[in-house]
Amino acid sequence: MDWLWDVLRALVGTIIIFSAVAFIAVMFGVLLERKISAWMQSRLGPKHVGPQGLLQTVADTIKLLQKENIVPNRADRLIFASAVVVVPLAALLDYVVIPFGVTRSGPLIFRDLNIGVLYFAATSSLVVIGILMAGWGSNNKYALLGGLRSAAQMVTYEIPIGLALVTVALMAGSLSTVTIVNGQARLWYIVAQPVAFLIFLIAAIAEVNRVPFDLVEAESELVAGYFSEYSGMRFALFQLGEYGEMFAMAAMAVTLFLGGWRGPVLPPVLWFVIKLYALIFVFMWVRWTYPRFRIDQMLNFSWKILIPVSVLNLVVTAFFVVVAHR
Amino acid sequence: MTGEAIVFYLLAAVTLGAGVVVVTSGNIVHSAAALVPAFLGVTGLYILLNAEFVAGIQVLIYAGAITVLILFAIMLTEGGTGLGGRQRNEQAAVGAAVAAAMAALLIVVAVRTGWPAGSGTLPPYTPGAIGQSFLGQNILVFEGTSIVLLVSLMGAIMIARRED
Amino acid sequence: MPGLSHYLVVSALLFALGLYAVVTRRNTVAILMGVELMLNAANINLVAFNKYAAPSAMQGQIFALIVITLAACEAAVGLALVLAAYRTLETIYEDEINVMKW
Repeated sequence: MDWLWDVLRALVGTIIIFSAVAFIAVMFGVLLERKISAWMQSRLGPKHVGPQGLLQTVADTIKLLQKENIVPNRADRLIFASAVVVVPLAALLDYVVIPFGVTRSGPLIFRDLNIGVLYFAATSSLVVIGILMAGWGSNNKYALLGGLRSAAQMVTYEIPIGLALVTVALMAGSLSTVTIVNGQARLWYIVAQPVAFLIFLIAAIAEVNRVPFDLVEAESELVAGYFSEYSGMRFALFQLGEYGEMFAMAAMAVTLFLGGWRGPVLPPVLWFVIKLYALIFVFMWVRWTYPRFRIDQMLNFSWKILIPVSVLNLVVTAFFVVVAHR
Repeated sequence: MTGEAIVFYLLAAVTLGAGVVVVTSGNIVHSAAALVPAFLGVTGLYILLNAEFVAGIQVLIYAGAITVLILFAIMLTEGGTGLGGRQRNEQAAVGAAVAAAMAALLIVVAVRTGWPAGSGTLPPYTPGAIGQSFLGQNILVFEGTSIVLLVSLMGAIMIARRED
Repeated sequence: MPGLSHYLVVSALLFALGLYAVVTRRNTVAILMGVELMLNAANINLVAFNKYAAPSAMQGQIFALIVITLAACEAAVGLALVLAAYRTLETIYEDEINVMKW
């Protein structure tokens, strides 16, 4: 039963290490978001805490830690409190199957599961439950509407993500993320699968509820959506979950389409980080340039355009894979 | 006690404990939320049984989709009526007796029967073996299931659609 | 080492819990949850038999996957029915859904 202990160790190790690493990455991500938005709007952004405002998020986190945890009157306390744990935990679990680099002793990955891609799809679908629980537990109609919208949106956009994952798995002939990266030694899959990459990128933006798909937390309609009622550290945990999920999606896109850790001259881990932050920049760029969709437009877009296109892409890919094997 | 046994009893306790909450809680939202640990416990049992692919599908479909669907339905319906309603009918006592008898019967059968010990081993790469089997020996079942999926999808849309 | 019968006992208990929910709950959604628990119990059996009784054949896991698929169908149609009943009768308690025609 050695593998069982491996799995347990990988899970516990991931949660501990990534609570630390993701916390730092997320803090940096929040700062990056503010700096990039400021740059795009010809502002300066945070500037006073630390050199060039580098410690702004640290200060914000300390501020949030000190704040009072408000629980709304007649809220469902159990559900309200446990939703906070579900969202970041589900996001952190995604990182188990992401290979960050390679050393002489093998790839840097917590656990190279033979169902890696399926595992990713499964864990990232758990976030919705936390969001629905938060929406219901808050005893607030805006939070509930935000939660319901989010459930509809995430369930809808999981399908194109799943189909894009299947397409890449078909190309590589394996569900293991390490094998997929190794399959890109000659050619990155973004060249062979540009359509799947675009679908994955669009659906990933929708899956992490960012503009232009941020109906869930549309400020002008729903206050802050499902986390309207959360304050202090609980609010920070939702932010951690949201940014953690965004980094996970970007890391998975790098693994599947951009050759993972592969690249000339520089060390593999550095290549991975460069690609990761390039994608994160794209996410932020999109956020600060596009207006928000309406809910029906957004659901129609997935059901009537993204899903048919990805099914077609899958069929065509399957055809060529079979022909190539002949 | 070996490590596997500890993990097994832990998972069984999580599954059954969450199952009890699902079945007895007076608050339907708590019941639905408790489905998540129950399904994840079952997932753990699948992993113990070397069925990684089934475990992945279990999380994806049960914990990720069916629970969300159930929560969605509760929020769309109870959101209008509130959580005030009585949750159990008059058959509570009889139902408990029947369920207990059923459990006792099944346990006696499970423990007393001399199950045949299997020969052979699991294939090393189970997802591959499952795929081969689905497109080879079990192709008819596979196609049949896909038709059922399509029909139920259309049926669900037709039933839930507003008539106007 | 837990053997086949350990898994069968867990599965029997889970099945009984599901049965209890189906027989005693008034809320149709809760009845559906009971059905899901029973299907899960059946799946534990299938996968356990696959490992201990016929490891090389994989039939148990295949069957479990099909059961999961059908459970998804069942949940979708069942919840669509619940929503339709709620819309016409304004209740989802099974003992109040007692008219054939509205």
